[in-house]
Amino acid sequence: MPAFEFAAPGTLQEALKHFAGQGTVRALAGGTDVIDQLKTARRKADLVVDVKRIPELQRLEMTADGLHIGAARCCTDVHHNPTVRRYFAALAESAGLVGSVQIQNRAAVGGNVCNAAPSADTTPALLIHDARAVVVSQRGRREIPLTDFFSGPGQTVLQKGEILQELILPVPPANSASAYLRFIPRNEMDIAVAGVGSYLEIDPGTNYVRRARIALASVAPTPVRARAAEQVLEGRPLTEDQVTMAAEAAAQAASPITDVRGSAEYRKELVKVLTRRTLAICQERIAGVHRKGPGH
Amino acid sequence: MAKIPISFKVNGEQQEMLVEPDWTLLETLRDRMRLTGTKEGCSNGNCGACTVMIDGRTACSCLVLAGEADGREVITVEGLADHGHLTALQDAFIKEGGLQCGFCTPGFLISATALLKRNPDPSEQEIRLNVAGNLCRCTGYDKIVRSIQDAAQKMGTRAAN
Repeated sequence: MPAFEFAAPGTLQEALKHFAGQGTVRALAGGTDVIDQLKTARRKADLVVDVKRIPELQRLEMTADGLHIGAARCCTDVHHNPTVRRYFAALAESAGLVGSVQIQNRAAVGGNVCNAAPSADTTPALLIHDARAVVVSQRGRREIPLTDFFSGPGQTVLQKGEILQELILPVPPANSASAYLRFIPRNEMDIAVAGVGSYLEIDPGTNYVRRARIALASVAPTPVRARAAEQVLEGRPLTEDQVTMAAEAAAQAASPITDVRGSAEYRKELVKVLTRRTLAICQERIAGVHRKGPGH
Repeated sequence: MAKIPISFKVNGEQQEMLVEPDWTLLETLRDRMRLTGTKEGCSNGNCGACTVMIDGRTACSCLVLAGEADGREVITVEGLADHGHLTALQDAFIKEGGLQCGFCTPGFLISATALLKRNPDPSEQEIRLNVAGNLCRCTGYDKIVRSIQDAAQKMGTRAAN
């Protein structure tokens, strides 16, 4: 591995001083992406800052303004958290899909976001729950809607000196539910050929969709919302035809590449299928069918 | 680069040392401490041969920097046996033939130990899911799964008596 310095600050203030310093300063949360990237020289660092000892970055709690997930909090903790499982099922599901148990024990949901892989499993779940990224530096604090956080494969809008402190997800109202599914050709330990997260909020009296969110992984340079598909659903009753039209619109929102995992056409077809399936799971969950709760 | 001081527990023993900032925990265990039970396979978190426990949770030690281990408690395969007495899981791997070349075995033993601590009576599916981060190119996994099932059963019987 190319040589670098290492620091493990215990306070946010101390950490921000490091990130404001000279050279390339890289945050290390779980390290499961960044250490491999440093080894293979895909990313460089003069200084690696372990952010796991900063209390603000380990936060995991629900308050009046939503669920706060500290940027260094690991996937295992998020996957098993009862509040996450109850209100943010898609996130609980996706945090349990990232790599192996060993990886989930280290890898952070915030790290999955900052690594900005188009295939990041937790990102669609965060997008459909309208997550905001709280970004801090010595210059201050700003909030960025997660939809505006990604600028390309492996690229984010984080500026020099800035780090992700936490993600905030608003508390979902009653009669809402979310789900995430990905397709991989095996049972585990793989990168999504395509992934779809869906969120539905339904008026129980009329069966009208109050709010819909659909987000896609592995089918564009960044994780993306399928806004046209959301608009197909919103303000109308949730019928079979509407779901079919939304699935078509979601596939149109995908701009996949053909690679070793699958062709562009195949990925679009997968988006269609996974959109239908995740919407069906949302419906079941809203109706109180617990058969498909997030698994272990 | 300036070396950094770390202080951590390995298999119950407190260790103090200076490490290079770019050393992984795996390099520190194998090359510095000569704990060569932990193996290096893929070096990128896919194979699980380097699995150790850090504060009771499994991790690929090839993807952990030595500095991250400061203040933590690490258990390697050398730390599983109690004063030379193999654990029920280790005995089961021998009895059921849960290994051939043996290279992946330390990682499997650590993953399965952590699983059985969390879930003493796992289903076959739970076992397979929990060792999915450990690759074995010899056994085809069936004997490994049987070893873990056998250990769970023995440990359950012992706990019941």
